[in-house]
Amino acid sequence: MVERRTLDVGLATAGIDAEGRPVRVPLGLSGSPLAPAADEEGGVGSEHLLLNIGPQHPATHGVLRLVVELDGEVVVRVIPHIGYLHSGFEKLGEYRFYNQIIPLTDRTDYLAPMANNVCLAMGAEKLMGIEITERCKVLRVIACEMSRIISHLVWLGTTAIDLGAFTPFLWTFQERERIYDLQEAWTGARLTTSLTRVGGLLADIPAAFEAGLRASCERLPKVLDEAERMLTNNAIWCARTQGIGVISAEDAINFSLSGPMLRASGVAYDVRKDRPYLDYETYDFDVPIGENGDVYDRYLVRVEEMRQSVRIIEQALERLPDGPINVDDPRVILPPKTAAMTDMEAMIFHFKQVMEGVRAPVGEAYVAIENGKGELGTYFVSDGTAKPVRWRIRPPSFINLSALPKMAEGHLLADLIAINASVDIVMGEIDR
Amino acid sequence: MTPELKGFLLLAAIKVVVGFGGLLLAVALVTWLERRQAGFHQDRLGPNRVGPKGLFQPIADGIKNFIKEELVPADADKFLFLIAPALVFTPALLLFAVIPFAAPLPVSFDFELPVVGRFVHDGVMPMMVADLPVGLLFVLAISSIGVYGIVLAGWASNSKYSFLGGLRSSAQMVSYEVALGLSVISVFILAGDVTLSGIVENQQQKLWYVFPLALGFALFVVSALAETNRLPFDLPEAESELVFGYHTEYSAMKFAMFFLGEYAALITMAALMATLFFGGWDIPFTTWDESEPSLLKTALTFGAFATKTVFFVFMYIWIRWSLPRFRYDQLMALGWKVLLPAALSYLMLLSGAIWALEQLGIEQGPLYGFILCIVNLPAIYALFWVIDSGRLVFGQRLQRRTMN
Repeated sequence: MVERRTLDVGLATAGIDAEGRPVRVPLGLSGSPLAPAADEEGGVGSEHLLLNIGPQHPATHGVLRLVVELDGEVVVRVIPHIGYLHSGFEKLGEYRFYNQIIPLTDRTDYLAPMANNVCLAMGAEKLMGIEITERCKVLRVIACEMSRIISHLVWLGTTAIDLGAFTPFLWTFQERERIYDLQEAWTGARLTTSLTRVGGLLADIPAAFEAGLRASCERLPKVLDEAERMLTNNAIWCARTQGIGVISAEDAINFSLSGPMLRASGVAYDVRKDRPYLDYETYDFDVPIGENGDVYDRYLVRVEEMRQSVRIIEQALERLPDGPINVDDPRVILPPKTAAMTDMEAMIFHFKQVMEGVRAPVGEAYVAIENGKGELGTYFVSDGTAKPVRWRIRPPSFINLSALPKMAEGHLLADLIAINASVDIVMGEIDR
Repeated sequence: MTPELKGFLLLAAIKVVVGFGGLLLAVALVTWLERRQAGFHQDRLGPNRVGPKGLFQPIADGIKNFIKEELVPADADKFLFLIAPALVFTPALLLFAVIPFAAPLPVSFDFELPVVGRFVHDGVMPMMVADLPVGLLFVLAISSIGVYGIVLAGWASNSKYSFLGGLRSSAQMVSYEVALGLSVISVFILAGDVTLSGIVENQQQKLWYVFPLALGFALFVVSALAETNRLPFDLPEAESELVFGYHTEYSAMKFAMFFLGEYAALITMAALMATLFFGGWDIPFTTWDESEPSLLKTALTFGAFATKTVFFVFMYIWIRWSLPRFRYDQLMALGWKVLLPAALSYLMLLSGAIWALEQLGIEQGPLYGFILCIVNLPAIYALFWVIDSGRLVFGQRLQRRTMN
């Protein structure tokens, strides 16, 4: 029974036996619907290879673990195992004031931290019924689009590496570092930005920020042109991505996919257009839609989205109004330090906010924004205290990843890597 | 032992030491070149801390690999695991033995040593380690041995990644050897000789084979890339799928031997491209070839050979840092469905053209080369049209898509 020993590696998925009772189906030969029945075991060619890709593997982004059952090099089954980066963010949020949750959101989708900050603040503001200022709205749009660009740049570079093209990776990362420089100038941190506050922002943009962002907007399309010259019409790149990991529009909707994954399949759904927030309806931009739903279309969609983000940022910089970035409400926004030290009333507000937090009315609120990876949602349930009873993130990568087995099974091992890359996951958001 | 034989053996020993020592030095320099050039392509510097422009980086790497711990996986087949790197490393070095790297050098000496006796040599010394009568066939034979090392490495490691990598590379290298061998036959037809010294001599007197055999050169370049497991054909070690393929479990000096073997094979293939198609050590537009052998001539021709080889090494590295990787089935399809039929039909086309030229009484020379070159052009166009349309290699018609 050598075979039984090699396959019994403690990996099993839930299944139902013939009498309808729940059972644990071990991975490997007996678990596969395509494999021969168990009594044929040991026959030549009947054994499938179990391959463990991850959690430490050059091609799994972050600590994703894929258990792959291979027939030769054909993927018969693939089961994503997650949880290696579980940090209990949602539970931690229940013990924190709303503003204190914001640093946690830096670490969910750590490839686009500013958009996560924005999403959380919007959820809290909707719960409390706060209307933010015009300048704050425009700055948040800039933050969201910068996040989309850096998120897609990472995706483009790492996907190119997964398919063997190393050079575009360094080009895109170089551009991403420049946007990180801007992020650092604005928030003081490159990764853990904690940009937003309920009712406003951590800080206004510094003096040279606008010029830096304009320069970035000019440079980025050129970098994309260069990367595209290496990939878009390259026969090998086309062959590795076209017709690979196809998911139909119907399946994409049924799997609840969102973002470029959904749009590459031909579904024109973009939260910015369909349920506008932050006045996105007043910006002039296009939403690229694919036709075939394969890896190549996802690539084209994401590259085009970066170009559109540049357009949005340019418009936002044009219209950026003067004025305060925070709402004029001493119950939500901390008074300036000098006022808190000299003015009695300001000191009381300061004390109450720091010690008791900002109370939200009883109720619940859900907001969704279009993040680089898809529809990012924040859901709050409040019992009237300063801390949420329940905080829930709708993580786009988690839901997009659920379609991976559907897309990858039947393809070759090399295609699995390409498909996994095309999903664009970030483990901080999946494991939370 | 006669003094003449002793003199010959002495020279042979010197050539072995200098030739292989020089090759190993070149390997070290090429690893440096690879990293610096990658930096150039990728808008960064590359290694620049150890020595001027980072030139001593290979030495630092070598020392590091020597003092690292030698790991052998618990369930590995220890003997095969140990012998596999040597099986990759040795053939890669041996290949270089038959490549002439400069014009023959006049050497004459006559001296006597205590105990061993008198050494005599008078005449020209061919600047290659061994001028074998089988020449290029030796290259094809020895390069096949390298496959064993890779297969054994993959099998002996007792790791699934290594195993898949080993399987892939055995299939890949065997497949592309066929195309490589067939593309070289076109050179044999034109030269009427299999020794590399003969091929170089023929090119000096007539013309470089890259013109009359343009398609043969293209086939050779593609097959050589696959044969040395370089991108876009680096599937055996495709790091995004198989971690590092057959050498996943190797560390320290055993890993370094795979590494050195890979780069030695790269240099040898580049040198073969220069020798078979670009006249070897020939300096174009010179009549030095008929002149008397001299030290100056040897030095200059070595310079020409080195320049050509470095150019092809540069091309190799350029390709590596520009292209994505093939998928396994696409790679096999390219080898069997495109390159093999192309090489076979090219041989027929070439033989026909050469027969026709002989019937017309045209001697090998510029006109001869020009006509063959013209014959090559439509064949090259057809080959690249087939590859580019994608159906044969990639199983689907490639589309030029854009976003609205």
